Amino acid sequence: MALKAYLRERFFPHLWCPGCGHGTVLNGLLQAIEKMGLSRNEIVMVSGIGCSSRITGYVDFHTLHTIHGRALAFATGVKMARPELNLIVPMGDGDALAIGGNHFIHAARRNIDITAIVMNNRIYGMTGGQFSPLSGEDVRATTAPYLTIDPGFDVVELSKAAGATFVARTTTFHIKQMADIIQQAILHEGFSVVEIFSQCPTYFGRKNKAGDAVDMIAYYKENTTPIGSKAKKENPNLIERGIFVQNEKPEYCNQYEQLVQKAMKGR
Amino acid sequence: MVFSGSGGQGVITAAIILAEAAVLYDGLNAIQSQSYGAEARGGATRSDIIISDTTIHYPKVIQPNVLVCLTQAAYNKFYSIIRPGGLLISDSRYVQTEKKVDAQQKEIALYETVLEKIGKPIVFNICMLGAVSAIVEVVSPESIMKALENRIPADFLDMNRKALDIGIELGEATVR
Amino acid sequence: MSENIKFVQGNEACAEAALYAGLNFYAGYPITPSSEITEFLASRLPQIGAKFMQMEDEISSLCAIIGASLTGCKVMTATSGPGFSLMQEALGYAIMAEIPCVIVNVQRGGPSTGLPTHGSQGDVNQARWGTHGDHAIIALTASNHQDIFALTVEAFNLAEIYRTPVILLLDEVVAHMRERLVVPQPGEMPLVERLKTSVKEGVDYHPYLPREDGRLPMSDFGEVHRYNVTGLFHDMWGFPSSEPRAVHGLLRHLVDKIENRVNQLARYKEYYIEDAKHLLVSYGSSARSARHIVEKRRSRGERLGLLELQTLWPFPDEIVREKCAAAQSVIVVEQNMGQVLQSVKLAVDKPDKVFLANRIDGVFIMPADILKILRLIQGKGV
Repeated sequence: MALKAYLRERFFPHLWCPGCGHGTVLNGLLQAIEKMGLSRNEIVMVSGIGCSSRITGYVDFHTLHTIHGRALAFATGVKMARPELNLIVPMGDGDALAIGGNHFIHAARRNIDITAIVMNNRIYGMTGGQFSPLSGEDVRATTAPYLTIDPGFDVVELSKAAGATFVARTTTFHIKQMADIIQQAILHEGFSVVEIFSQCPTYFGRKNKAGDAVDMIAYYKENTTPIGSKAKKENPNLIERGIFVQNEKPEYCNQYEQLVQKAMKGR
Repeated sequence: MVFSGSGGQGVITAAIILAEAAVLYDGLNAIQSQSYGAEARGGATRSDIIISDTTIHYPKVIQPNVLVCLTQAAYNKFYSIIRPGGLLISDSRYVQTEKKVDAQQKEIALYETVLEKIGKPIVFNICMLGAVSAIVEVVSPESIMKALENRIPADFLDMNRKALDIGIELGEATVR
Repeated sequence: MSENIKFVQGNEACAEAALYAGLNFYAGYPITPSSEITEFLASRLPQIGAKFMQMEDEISSLCAIIGASLTGCKVMTATSGPGFSLMQEALGYAIMAEIPCVIVNVQRGGPSTGLPTHGSQGDVNQARWGTHGDHAIIALTASNHQDIFALTVEAFNLAEIYRTPVILLLDEVVAHMRERLVVPQPGEMPLVERLKTSVKEGVDYHPYLPREDGRLPMSDFGEVHRYNVTGLFHDMWGFPSSEPRAVHGLLRHLVDKIENRVNQLARYKEYYIEDAKHLLVSYGSSARSARHIVEKRRSRGERLGLLELQTLWPFPDEIVREKCAAAQSVIVVEQNMGQVLQSVKLAVDKPDKVFLANRIDGVFIMPADILKILRLIQGKGV
């Protein structure tokens, strides 16, 4: 199936700014899905609120555009009701880890088979450039005119600690790796987290003198390195990318099926 | 009726069994309710039971015809609500009936007899139920036993039956 | 048949009714005084292969059942005031996206944590206006276990017919007390199943294009029609739209589908209304005290009547006006500071003849509380 077949062309052009990384994430995601040959009817994409969440409008799957921070909770309901469906939940910084942080850790704890894609642009774009829990310290934002004092979350460490059984990180520069990781994340049986650095030149870039989209993507190239690389040993400041965790653990819907067997026997 | 005691004594369970027996096996109407505190155990617990052969609308008991008090705290808290001329049943070991109450007071050695003849205070509440059913005669002991069979694991049924019988004897002794 | 008679709490009557109505996905978070519903279903749903989830909070509980409803499940959650407050945003979403679901609020004293183990009817207006923006809602209530059963089934049916969340407002008193419940035989009460689209694969399906009768056939997630669901104003494909005609049309549709059917949706009971000089208007557990008074006084020949409301929203204005027309005075009996009182005053021709008999101290409203007001109205003093 051609990539285009996965798009709802009727609803283009999309609303993302020129240079935004989210279109690249959409590209990587569709490449992964095409490679796996998944049918559009077996995919449910659930999103919350923000720039990232608008991705659901453009793809020809079953799409559920919900409320801020709760996408994983809606997705949990869909998955539990129809475990055979593939659930993909693209989220922004706020959806995943500010307002939605509680659902994020609980979805990870249950190890329910959902693929969470955290499109990390370190800023709230849709509302006009406020800082997020992924901004980290010393970032300029409309709500941080004196720079942020809030430390940021490390999405990978948080996901690991919460019990996610697949945890990976990549960037919009590394499209091949992105598609490959997303594919593995969808295939993984359990809660998968893929953090993708996705540039926001409009707000984060302009406010923090990070340059235009090209400069920001180049930054991802220069400041990230494969997990355990020699470069990381030489320069500990580099951010690692790749697959950090890939564990086999009982998946929630399967566990529930077993519980049903037990309950039916005890009847 | 109001059953009162301390949380964990099983007064609520006893109330449920009595009311359930009335509804399921004696064809009567009954309502059982309870007042809750935040604590799961301890405190003065109260459970209301209304049994009638007509429809019951108001679900709470304002002035009970029958008040059962299994602890001093429960007695102190509730003795004053009894309907004038009503029946107040208390456990003779736990409750000192000091107050002047316009009611027929029956102090029964429920706890001591249960401990002496069964050795386990866990069926104290069922013994109380036996005494109440013998004195008040609203719900038949057979129906109470059927309700017990629904709610109590089979292994404990004999002990409960014994406790109920002891209660009936103690109750009958007070009306003879 | 004797095996269909049960002696249960109101919460269990509600949960039994949900199973009768075909509930097959429940998500909830424990909260007093509704927890028995969640506990009962935790035990029963797995036995029939249906889904039960204890979620991390009330927000996710409502979100999860909305997701499940989109796959074709009959869904419910149960909570109390604090949890119901948390659910308000997702409730608005279910209204906007037209998702059938049932939300039980077993009311307790509020605001805030309030009185967890005492009854109240303080969430009536929250049920109507708790979520933001113009909207319409269906809210039902009941005063005894048989009616709780009937109205729970009704709630599921109305949710399907109108593709909307339906709120069931119970309260601590009926929810916790035990009384007789006769569980109807299968087939004895009509059940409304999900209206599914007849549009074939490959043909354009419009999830938000109402049929002539106003109903919107659905297509389950995972089936052949792929569409978008959003809490934004949207067009007939479910795609976000801020086009004024689309916005106006959708809001009118959301409100009219319910408000234009007030009389059809009205469920109520009446006792001795025809010649009632003093008419009590009540609902939920308070209606039990009201009924108690009415029966007692009628036996003495006093002309008291009772209108027991079971549909609180949309408020049955016309019916209330009609029933109250002949009465000299109307006394609204409720456990709050006059939430239904306001609606009754708006509905009747002479608002000055409407009085309130209430209690707001967590104590269940006693017959004496109502009699006191009645005596005052009759000029007899306290």
